[in-house]
Amino acid sequence: MGLLDQKFESSNIVITSFDKLFNWARLSSLWQMQFGLACCAIEMMAASASNFDMMRFGVIPRATPRQCDVMIVSGTVTLKMASRIKRLYDQMSEPRYVISMGSCSNCGGPYWEHGYHVLKGVDRVIPVDVYVPGCPPRPEALIEGLIKLQEKIRNESLAKKKAV
Amino acid sequence: MLTEFGSILAFLIVGAVFTAGGLIASWLLRPHRPYPQKLTTYECGEEPIGSARVRFNIRFYVVALIFLVFEVEVVFLFPWALVFKQFGMFAFVEMLIFLGILIVGYAYVWAKGDLEWDKPVPRFVNVDVKTVTSVFEEKEEKVLN
Repeated sequence: MGLLDQKFESSNIVITSFDKLFNWARLSSLWQMQFGLACCAIEMMAASASNFDMMRFGVIPRATPRQCDVMIVSGTVTLKMASRIKRLYDQMSEPRYVISMGSCSNCGGPYWEHGYHVLKGVDRVIPVDVYVPGCPPRPEALIEGLIKLQEKIRNESLAKKKAV
Repeated sequence: MLTEFGSILAFLIVGAVFTAGGLIASWLLRPHRPYPQKLTTYECGEEPIGSARVRFNIRFYVVALIFLVFEVEVVFLFPWALVFKQFGMFAFVEMLIFLGILIVGYAYVWAKGDLEWDKPVPRFVNVDVKTVTSVFEEKEEKVLN
């Protein structure tokens, strides 16, 4: 029962203070859903390992979508897998974010032309927040994508979004 | 000013307030947007098949029971290990007697086969039952004829 969820029309000092607090809390502990599909998963594992260490940003891999904040879709998304991805994204609890890692999940990658079994970009089934280009992207590139997501979260607000 | 039990009550109340306060605060502040697809059972992305209540293997119960008993034994061993040097031979022999009683129990558990994880093969014992079968055969003949 979100008492403060999307209820305020305009921002004031209380809202902005709460914004800062909530956004800082949310971006510092982005628990990740273990979602490695293909070669990008290896780079994601390398990013979690000791040399590049994603855990210092608060990114802990969890096995179930209920406990996760961010789903890093790393690898080729086939049509068979796409329905599972949609179901898993549905089962994540708010606030939830998606990082699309690598060419294949951004736009179909090397299979864009002849891949009859490949979903051309995971944003056809779920909404994506950050796209990380590369084939596969270096672990530092994934960490930059994570930091960009953190910037996006830092600019969120509890006030209702105005229609443009 | 406060009795001994009074200070325990104060601790209990503060502990309860901390836990309840955290849970209530998160209930007030988190977004609540349920929809049917979100509330489905998690089955690694597949459509959930069957019930989530599966039968437990009963060997977990046996292992947990044995663990509990020997865990209590270890809990008694820890403080003994810290102070037994100043008590000398007396404490050592006393602990040996304690361990000896528990080792008898351990030997029983081992021999009974409770430490085996695989299903035990039933052992048949050949007992020589001294029945006199001739009496039964005579009776059988009489009944049949």
